[in-house]
Amino acid sequence: MFDLLEKKPVILLLLAAVVIMIGTTVTMIAPFKWINDPSQKIVGVKPYTPLQLEGRDLYIREGCNNCHTQTIRPLVADVARYAPGSTDGYSKVGEFVYDQPHLWGSRRTGPDLARIGGKYPDAWHYKHMEDPRSMVPKSNMPGYGFMKQPLDISLTERKMKALGFPYTPEELDAVRGKTEMDAMVAYLQKLGNDIPWRKAAADAPLVGNLTNPFAENVAAAAETGKVLFQQNCVQCHGVDLKGGIGPDLKTSALSEGDLFSKIFQGKGGMPAFGDTLGKEKVWKLVSYISSRKGLK
Amino acid sequence: MSLKTGYSDDVTRGFLTWSIIWGLVAVLVGVFISFQLVFPQLNFPPYLTYGRLRPIHTNAAIFGWGIGSFMAMFYYITQRLTKVPIWSPGLARFQLWLFNLVIILAAVSLAMGYTQSKEYAELEWPIDILVVILWVIFAVNIFMTIMKRKEEQMYVSLWYIIATLVGVAVLYLVNNASIPVSLFKSYSAYAGANDANVQWWYGHNAVAMVLTTPPLAIFYYFLPKITGVPIYSHRMGIIAFWSLIFMYLWTGAHHLLWTPVPDWVQTLAMGFSIILIAPSWASVFNGYFSMNGQWHQMRDNYLVKFLIFGITFYGLQTIQGPSQAIRTFSAFIHYTDWVPGHVHMGALGWVSLVLFAGIYYLIPRLYNTELHSVKLANAHFWMATVGQLIYSISMWVAGVQQATMLHATNADGSLHYTFMETLAEMYPYWHMRAGGGVIYLVSLLIFIYNIIKTIRSGSAVGETLRATGAA
Repeated sequence: MFDLLEKKPVILLLLAAVVIMIGTTVTMIAPFKWINDPSQKIVGVKPYTPLQLEGRDLYIREGCNNCHTQTIRPLVADVARYAPGSTDGYSKVGEFVYDQPHLWGSRRTGPDLARIGGKYPDAWHYKHMEDPRSMVPKSNMPGYGFMKQPLDISLTERKMKALGFPYTPEELDAVRGKTEMDAMVAYLQKLGNDIPWRKAAADAPLVGNLTNPFAENVAAAAETGKVLFQQNCVQCHGVDLKGGIGPDLKTSALSEGDLFSKIFQGKGGMPAFGDTLGKEKVWKLVSYISSRKGLK
Repeated sequence: MSLKTGYSDDVTRGFLTWSIIWGLVAVLVGVFISFQLVFPQLNFPPYLTYGRLRPIHTNAAIFGWGIGSFMAMFYYITQRLTKVPIWSPGLARFQLWLFNLVIILAAVSLAMGYTQSKEYAELEWPIDILVVILWVIFAVNIFMTIMKRKEEQMYVSLWYIIATLVGVAVLYLVNNASIPVSLFKSYSAYAGANDANVQWWYGHNAVAMVLTTPPLAIFYYFLPKITGVPIYSHRMGIIAFWSLIFMYLWTGAHHLLWTPVPDWVQTLAMGFSIILIAPSWASVFNGYFSMNGQWHQMRDNYLVKFLIFGITFYGLQTIQGPSQAIRTFSAFIHYTDWVPGHVHMGALGWVSLVLFAGIYYLIPRLYNTELHSVKLANAHFWMATVGQLIYSISMWVAGVQQATMLHATNADGSLHYTFMETLAEMYPYWHMRAGGGVIYLVSLLIFIYNIIKTIRSGSAVGETLRATGAA
C-alpha cells in the first residue's frame, strides 16, 4: 500500500488530510459540543460594558497577555495566590463565555490577572500603570503613562454590535471623554468579579482567637513588621503610615484583632495578605502598626 | 532558469536572502526584549514595549526565518526530487514579493498594536488573507511540480512537504476565523475555552507542521547529500511519517492542562504527547543509524555537525516536550521560564541548525563557488550551540526555582513567597539568558558575513553563462 502512496501524490495528499483530521475532529471540533454548554452557565457572569470592552481591546493592543495569564488552575498555590481566602477560586469555563478571543496566556512573567478585579482600588491601578515601580519596586513591567491619552471611541458601538453584547445609551455615553487608562482600569476591575468570591472570602469568619501571639515581645515583632510594612504596605499607606490611597493608620481606631482580619482577609479596596504572608507575618505587621499608633 | 541544470533557482536564492534578513531581525528583537525584562527602562512606549515586540520576535522567527527558509529549500528540493523545473517560476517570484510584503506588514502592524492576540496567529485579518493567498500560491506551485514529475517514486522529503502544505492550510484557516470590526480590528469567532482549545490545537500543530515536518523534509534530503550515505531505513521513515502526522493533532490541549478545557481533552492530549516520542525518535534514529561507519564525518565535514546536533536537539526536545505534557509536571513548570527554555532548544538548536546546514550546502552551489571559510562556519556552529545552551539551561533552572518558590507553603497553609519575591530571584537568570542571546547573535553575524563573502566570490548567473559558453 505504501508503495502505491509513494507514487500517487493526490492520494497521499488526501490521505494525509484525512489522517490530520482524525485528531482534529476528536479534540478540536467535538469539544464544541460540550464547552460553553448552557449547563455550564454562571448566572452572575455578564458581558462587557462598552468601557470595559474598550479596556479589554487596549489590553490586547498592548500585548498584556504576553506576560499575564488569566486562568487560575485548581492547584493549592494557584488558588491561594490568585484567589486568596477562597477554596474554589480557580477559573471556571462559564466565566469566559464572553471572551472573544480568550486571554489565558502562556507565561506568567507577571502575576495572573484572572481575579485582579477588586483587589486594589482604582487609584492603585492608575499609579501602577503609569509607573509600576512606584507601587512594586522590583517590577519589570513597562510604564503605560501614555495611556492617559483620550480613548478612541469611534468603533465602540460597532464593537458591541459585532459581539452581540447588550448596552444602554447611558453606557455608550459613559465612554465619552474617558482616557485609555480609564478603560483599562474599568476592564481590570471587572476581571474575575462576576462571581462574588472576594466578598465571601472577606466576610468568612476567621477561625481561632484573634489575640496577638507576640503580645509578650511586641518590640521584636514590630521590627520584622516594619520590614514587611515597607515591602507590602507603604505604596498605599505611606512610609509614615499617614495614608494615601489607603487610610491613615496612625489615627485608626481598629483593634488589633480587627486590624489582623483586615490584613489577613482584605476588605473593600484592601487586598488580602493572609495567603501570601501567613498568620505569623500578619501579626508582626499588626504589632508594628500598633507600635506606631498615636506617635507623631 | 539555469541552462546547466534546467532548474529554476532564482527564487531559492531570493528566499534564502530574505529569510536570513528576517532571521537576523528575529534574533535582534529577541535579544532586545530579553534585555527589556532585566532593564524595564528599555521599554519605549507605545511602539517598542515588550508586549508589542515579543510577537514581532516570534513572527519574524517562525514566519520570516522559518517559513522563508522552508520555501527556499522546498523549491530547491522539490525540483531535484521530481527532476523537473518549478511548475511556474513567475508565480514563485511573485510569491517572494508577497512574502516580504506580508512580513513587513506584520512587523509594522504589530508595532502599531494591531493584533488578534492569539499566539503565533497575531496578525489581523487583512494580513491573514494575504497569508492565505501566499500559501495557496506556494502549495499549488509545489504540488503541480510534483504532479508533473519525471521521477515516479516520491522520496520521503516530498511526503513531509505535502503534509506541510495541507496541514498549515487547515490550521491557519480555522484558528484565524474572526469577526472583523474595521480594517485593523477583529474579534475571534470562538469564545473562551473554545477559543483557547482551537488556539492551542493551532499553536501546537504549528510546531508540528511548521517546526517539525519542514525541517524533517530538509533533514532527510540533506543528510544523504552531505554525508554521501543513504538514509538508514526507508520503512522506518514511512512509519514515522504517518504516525507523526496522525498523533500530533491530538496533543494541542497539553498547553491547557488544569484549565477549564474539559478534562478528557487534556487527558487525550497528555497520552498522545507521550506516544509521540515514538515517531519523533524514529527520525532521530534514522539519522543516527545512517551515520553508522560514518561518524568520522563529525570531525571531517562541518555540515554533518550541524545536522547531527540538530537532530539530537530534536530528540531532546521530543523527550522534554512529552514530559512537560504530563499533568503533574505541567502543574509545576507551566507558566514559568522553563517553557521558553524548551522552545528555544527547538528553535535555535533543532530548526536553525538544520537550516544553517542547508544554507551552507546550498549557497556555494547556487552561486557556483566554494564556501568562503569553513573555519568561520565552525566558529558559527560552536557559538550558536553554546549561546543556545546558555539560554535554555539558564531558563530551565530559572523555571524550576521559580516553580519551587511559587508552590512553597508554610505550616499554616499560607504561601511562603509573594509573587514579587519569586520574580526578584529571576533577574540573574535573565541576565544569563540575555548573554546567551548575545552569543547567538554574534554567531549569526559570523554566519551572515561568511555567506556574504561566499556570494561575493561567486555569481548567480555565472552558472548560466558558463553553460552557454560551453554550448
